[in-house]
Order: sequence, then structure tokens, then C-alpha cells
Amino acid sequence: MLTALHIAIVAPFIAAVFVPFLYKKLPKIHTGWFVLTIPAILFVYFLQYLPVTSSKQTVTAVWDWIPSLGIHFTAHVDGLGLLFALLITGIGMLVVLYSIYYLSKEREALNNFYTFLLMFMGAMLGVVLSDNLIVLYTFWEITSLSSFLLISYWYEREKSRYGALKSMLITVMGGFSMLVGFVMLYAMTGTFSIQEIIASAGDITSHDLFIPAMLTILLGAFTKSAQFPFHIWLPDAMEAPTPVSAYLHSATMVKAGIYLVARLSPVFAFSGEWMWIVAGFGIVTLFWGSFSAVQQTDLKGILAFSTVSQLGMILSMLGVGAAAIHFDSMDDNLYIGATTAAIFHLINHATFKGSLFMMAGIVDHETGTRDIRRLGGLMTVMPITFTIAVIGSFSMAGLPPFNGFLSKEMFFTAMVDITSFQAFNMDSFGVLFPVVAWVASIFTFIYSMMLVFKTFTGKMQPEKLDVKPHEAPFGMLLSPIILVSLVIVFGFFPNILAYTVIEPAMASILPSLLGEGEQFYVDIYFWHGWTIELYMTMGVIGIGTLLYLSLRKWVAVYDVFPSSLTLNHIYDQTVAGVEKVSSQLTGAYMTSSIRHYLLYIFSFFVVALVFVLFNKDAFSVDGATAPISVYEGVLAAVLVTTALVVMFTRSRLKAIIGLGVLGYTIALFFVIFRAPDLALTQLIIETVSVALFLLCFYHLPQISRKLENMRFRAGNFIVSLAVGLTVTLIGISANSSRLFESIAGFFPEASYDEAGGKNMVNVILVDFRGFDTLLEILVLAIAAAGIFTMIKLRLAGRNDL
Amino acid sequence: MEILMSILAGVLFMAGTYMVLSRSFIRIIIGTSIISHGAHVLLLTMAGLKTGAPPLLGLEAGTYSDPLPQALILTAIVISFGVTSFFMVLGYRAYKETGTDDTDRLRGTDSYD
Repeated sequence: MLTALHIAIVAPFIAAVFVPFLYKKLPKIHTGWFVLTIPAILFVYFLQYLPVTSSKQTVTAVWDWIPSLGIHFTAHVDGLGLLFALLITGIGMLVVLYSIYYLSKEREALNNFYTFLLMFMGAMLGVVLSDNLIVLYTFWEITSLSSFLLISYWYEREKSRYGALKSMLITVMGGFSMLVGFVMLYAMTGTFSIQEIIASAGDITSHDLFIPAMLTILLGAFTKSAQFPFHIWLPDAMEAPTPVSAYLHSATMVKAGIYLVARLSPVFAFSGEWMWIVAGFGIVTLFWGSFSAVQQTDLKGILAFSTVSQLGMILSMLGVGAAAIHFDSMDDNLYIGATTAAIFHLINHATFKGSLFMMAGIVDHETGTRDIRRLGGLMTVMPITFTIAVIGSFSMAGLPPFNGFLSKEMFFTAMVDITSFQAFNMDSFGVLFPVVAWVASIFTFIYSMMLVFKTFTGKMQPEKLDVKPHEAPFGMLLSPIILVSLVIVFGFFPNILAYTVIEPAMASILPSLLGEGEQFYVDIYFWHGWTIELYMTMGVIGIGTLLYLSLRKWVAVYDVFPSSLTLNHIYDQTVAGVEKVSSQLTGAYMTSSIRHYLLYIFSFFVVALVFVLFNKDAFSVDGATAPISVYEGVLAAVLVTTALVVMFTRSRLKAIIGLGVLGYTIALFFVIFRAPDLALTQLIIETVSVALFLLCFYHLPQISRKLENMRFRAGNFIVSLAVGLTVTLIGISANSSRLFESIAGFFPEASYDEAGGKNMVNVILVDFRGFDTLLEILVLAIAAAGIFTMIKLRLAGRNDL
Repeated sequence: MEILMSILAGVLFMAGTYMVLSRSFIRIIIGTSIISHGAHVLLLTMAGLKTGAPPLLGLEAGTYSDPLPQALILTAIVISFGVTSFFMVLGYRAYKETGTDDTDRLRGTDSYD
């Protein structure tokens, strides 16, 4: 049944249809103002579900799509889905507001922009609120598609197209892999509904498809969420307009993979493979992203790698949080905290990363560049932007009193706790997690400081800037101000999120731990006491400050890696290599010579048939055969001789006459084998054919007197010999194994009694099987018409057509 | 007899295939004609060559040869005639237009590049 919830999910799609009309009909008003209403209404609409989910209720509404295949558009609202829906609509609202001031209504094609953006918003809502895997996959691919369109928004730029194509190839590859995993889940459980799959999760852990399904689905999640080594598309996606980068590539789309991991945790998380893969890839991505970010000189480049890194951090917490499932209850269950931290950081990241992207966009908009080597000293001219940057960056670096500090502390706690987990080698190798996490946090600190101090402090270099820098208009500042206010609010009062948003989302990720009427204990506070996490943070700040100040001295470290070993280089080489190999392969066999193609066809014919004959052991020469008479022997000798002459003669005339001899010999065979009608037809037709051959070719003066340019070709001869042998074998084999009696007895009885004719062949042709004859006449008619057309209609001046 | 006829069909197929694999139109078309002959011989053979009277009821014989394959071959002869004559004229016209009857010189170009 169609409900308001369904309409809410597809509302952006419906609105997208009207965007071009509004853009054309009301050119005076920035189209963004109309678009702004959609996420605003949806945000308010989704807010009303907060009391529902926080009291552990879920809302499910089914709308049949393809019921016969078990595919329903099932909207399912629970804590996790609602958290994402609020992020999508909330940040969506702020991004649309920001884009109204960012994109000029005179210079940009706003209709395209807002259509794609609304498409994306609807698809994203569909991903997080669908309970059916196929529907989820459908929306998932729409997000890839609309992201592709948005990245290539300035399609006249080479780099935009490159980035769009790259992201498309990588995310769609992951999407397809994920679809395979979904189908495997269906094969194991018999349903596409996520809730039903979770309910039967215990039965499938030992299934053969369990690990393949996990790996294929994780590939989809990792490519979408830009995990190492699939993160390479994200920095190139920064060619998109900045509102798009802020929305898609920091707050929403890249979290679709995280959503999927969280959503399917109840299915897969009991296995050690899941824990190691998710946490391992996450921690590697965290390190690699933060390490690479320091090297960047472009503000959005830094932010892109920083997003990669933070996504890795969230994912590693989700992986570590899987340890909690191995306990029966939540008493003394240390690992629940990791899941809490993952969700909390998910929200925090959306707030500070969104504001930082908008800050970068403002700097770009007001100075004309995003290159930190050309920027500097903007603190006094752009004080509000500077404040935004400070709050966002310090939160990202994990400094108190912002929300990033809280989630970073919780992250360290989770990483330290996991080393004491007594399964899957976590207690021995698990020690790597806190160490890598700590080193990565140092790099996070360094690039966060770069973001602020390289842009806003130091000496201003007005000669390097295209425009004179000044503070942005208030409308453009409004969205980032709201986001950084949230950074501070969530920093000081994290518990306003605790039981409204975080706890219901945890209940979706770890449903097996909750008994009837229980809830998770979520309490986030600043002061833990003198714990190891606090010392780790102090270490991060101390060493990070030292390294930042000495950046100039050790930045050469990045040049140690040869450029031929970078992932981008490998990607480029792979794409170019695949193109090259496939075109070489095609060029090697598609020679455009008809002789080669015929050779392939004949060879395949021989190989396939001989293989089947051998395989079925079909060579048996028994069965009754008729005796050979002298006439037949003589005719056979004539036929073979003529055939060889035709094959090897160099004269065109001899070949044509040889063909005639063949035809007449076959007519004589028809005589011997008691087929008078055939003999008659064959004689006449062979005569006409030979005459036609002579007409067409012998009387062509230009080529008739020239001898045939041919020589013996051994390859052709071997293939043709093989074809002949195959046909002979089939003939003998078919003759020796008759499966049933023929219907030959029917015609002598029925010809006269039922059709009133004594010539059985003619009766068959016009009476019993008259349709054949009808269509054969049609064939002749078409051939005649075709010949007439070819002769008469000469489009000599076809260049004029 | 059936074995001999199968061999004959094989010889016809061999000759036809060899002709079809050559470079000039006329030899290709002759090749297709020979392959048709081979197919007709094979059809007749596989229906059984046991001697009986021609399939004419007026003869009032005890056994007749099977009329059905004869009807099929008759249809096939006419169709292959139609196709062969079309090919002949097509080859003739192609020669007139392009000035060659060598298929190796008539390769397409990758115009979609």
C-alpha cells in the first residue's frame, strides 16, 4: 500500500521533474529557493519519527512492486535508517541553501544542477529507508548515476569528465559485486527483506555462500565509501561544484557504504572474517587517507583525503563493534562502546566536514583559488570564515571542547579495548589497531592545522590572487555557521543525541544484545579521568605540533614513493591497458576478411560436431544398406572427378562447366534413385544456372579472359577436407542409428484417398505441405525483385542523396 | 550404397568449402552451389535408398521410394536456385561498382573510429 512514507522517499524525484519548468518559467528567482522547500519539509517530516524510534518502535510500509519475484518497495524506518534520513535531509537543506549563494543564476545551468541533486537526494533516502535488497540496489545505482552527473556538472572541463568516469567505473563495479552478494543472500535465505534475513541470520553462518556473499557485499560498500584501495575516485570527484562535494562526498553518499556495513552487521558480524576485514580495511584507510592528506596542496584535496580517512575510522569502529555480538548481554560488554563511537562520529563528521567543505568553497569563491601555497593571511579579511575553519578543523583534529574530541576519545577507547578481545587472534595482532590509529591521528592533527593556518595566517599574497579577497555574503555563511554551531552544541551537550538518535541506531546494529524492554547505556562526557586515551590525545597534540612545525624538513618523505607505484597510476595503466588489449584482440581476429571469418565458422563447425560425435560414441556402421550397382559406381566416379577438377582448375570457364557436370550427374542420381520430379527440376535448374553463370561472368569482358588468380592453399584445403569428413561421418552415423520408423507408409495410402492425386511428391508439395511451396514461391519472387532492383536502380549519383 | 553416397556428399562439401574459402566472387558462388548439391545428396541418402518404385501410385507397385525427402529436396533446389541467382547478380553488380572481384580488396574500413 502506498503510504506517506513512500511519497516522502520519492518526493525528491517528483520535485526533480518540475525543476526545469520552474527554471524556465521563473528565471528571476533562483531555482534553489523552490528546491529548498523539499528537504526542509522532509526534514520536519522525518523528525516526527524520532519519538517512534527512540521507543524502539519501527515503521514498515509495503508497496508491491514485483510481488511475483518477492520484490516489494518496503519502507522501513528504524533508528539507523532515521539517523541517515535526518542527515540526508538536514545537510541537504543546508547544502541547497549554500548553493543558492554559491552558484550564479546567470552563468550556471541551475536546472541541471537541482535536477541531479534532487535525484540524488531521493535515491539516498531510498537506500537508507528500503528494506528490500533489490530496491536498495536500485536506489544505490541511482546514487552512483546522479553522482556521476554532478561530478561532471562542468562537463566542458576535461578533469571533471575524468573524475566522473573514474567514480562511475569504481562505484558501479562495486555496485554490481554487491548485487551478486544480495542474490547470494536470497539464495541462502529465500527472501530479499533485510529484516527477514536478519531474523534468519543464525542459520546461514555455515552456508557455503556465506563468505562469498560477505566479500561481494563488502566490495560494494568499500568502493562506495572510498575505502583503501578504492578511495582513488574520491579526490578526483572534487572537480564537482563545492556544494556537491560537501553533500555527496563528505556527508551522505560516501556514508552509504557505512550504512550498508552497519545495516548488515547483524547478518555477518558473528564471523571473525567480518571483524578483521571491516576493522582492518577501516584502519588502513584511516592511516593512508590521513597520511596522503598532508601531501595535498589543494583545500578540497586535503578534505577529500580527510574524508577517506574519517570514513575508515568509522568503519574500523563498526568492525570492532562486531566484537560485542559475541557476548550474550550488555553487562561488562566493553565493545558496545565502539558502535556508539561509530554512530557518534558519523554525525560529528557530517557536521564538521560539511562546514569545512563550505569553508573551502567560500575561500575559493572569494579569492579565486583553493591552492594553499597561494593563500595565507585571510584571517583579518574573512573573520567569520576563519572562525568556521577553526571550529571545523579543531573538531576534526580531535581537540576539546568540540565534538570531534569526544568521538576521538571514544575511538581510542574502542581501539584499546579490542586488544583484550579473546578471539580471532585479536588479543595478539589486535595491538596493531591502537598503534595505527594513534599514528593516523597525528597526521589528522597535522592536516587539520594546515587547513587553518596555511589558509588564514601568515602573510597575505594579494599578487597571487585573481580577485581581491573579502568576506562572503551572509547567505553563503549561514549554512556553515549552522553546522559549526552543531559542532559546538554536540561538543558541549552530546547527550541530546544519546537517547534520541544514537541509541536507537545502535539497537538496529546490535539487535541480538537487547532483551525485551532493555536499552543501551549511552553516556558521552568530557572527563574520563586520567586514562590511557587522554594520554594518547596529549601525545597526538604534542607530536602533531612538533611535526607540523617541522613540516618543511620532512615533507620530502612523500617523494620517496615512486609515482609509478601510486594507486592512481595503477588505475590509469589498468584502464589504458584493458583498452589496448581489447582493441588488439579485436584487431587480431576481426580482420574484415570474409575468408578468415569463414575459416572460423567452418573450424568451429568441425570441432563442435566431431567433439559431439566422439563424446556420444556415435561411430557405428551397421544397419541395412542398399547394394551398389554399376551405374552408381560410374556416376560416383564422375562426380568425384568433376568435383576435384572444379576445385583445382585455374580456369573460370572450366569451373562453371564443371559445376554444370556436377548438377547433371546429380540429376542422373535422382533418376537412379527413383525421383523423376527431382531429376526434371534439377536438369532445368542446372541448365538455367549455368547459363546465368556464363552470362554474368564469362561475358564480362574485363575479367573473363584473365586466368583465375589462385594457387593451392594448404590451410583452406585442410579445413575443407575436415568439413567433408565431418559431413560424411554424420551421414554414416545418422544412417546407422535410426531411432524410429519414418512416416513413408502414410503417403502411398493417403495420396489418392485423401488428396486425389497419384503423384505423391506433387501431392505433398501442394496439398499435404502446401505452406512450404507458398513460401518457396515467395522466395523466388523476392529473389526476382531483388535482382530487378539491383540491375535497374543504380544510384549512380548517391553522393547527392 | 548409403556409405558411398555419404562419402560423395562429403566430397561435395569439401569441394564447396574449398571454393568458398577462395578470394574471387565467382568461385565463392560456385562453392555455395556445390554445397547445396551436397546437402541435397545428403538429404536423399539419409532418408534411405532402399529401392522401390518411383512415388507414382499409377505404377501400382508393392513398395515405393519415400516421397517426403523428394518433396523437401525439390523445395530446397528451388530456393537454392533463387539464392544463387541473386548472389550472381549481386557479385556482378559489386564488380561493376568496385572494379574488383577479390574479397581481400573489398575489406571494410573502420569508419566508426
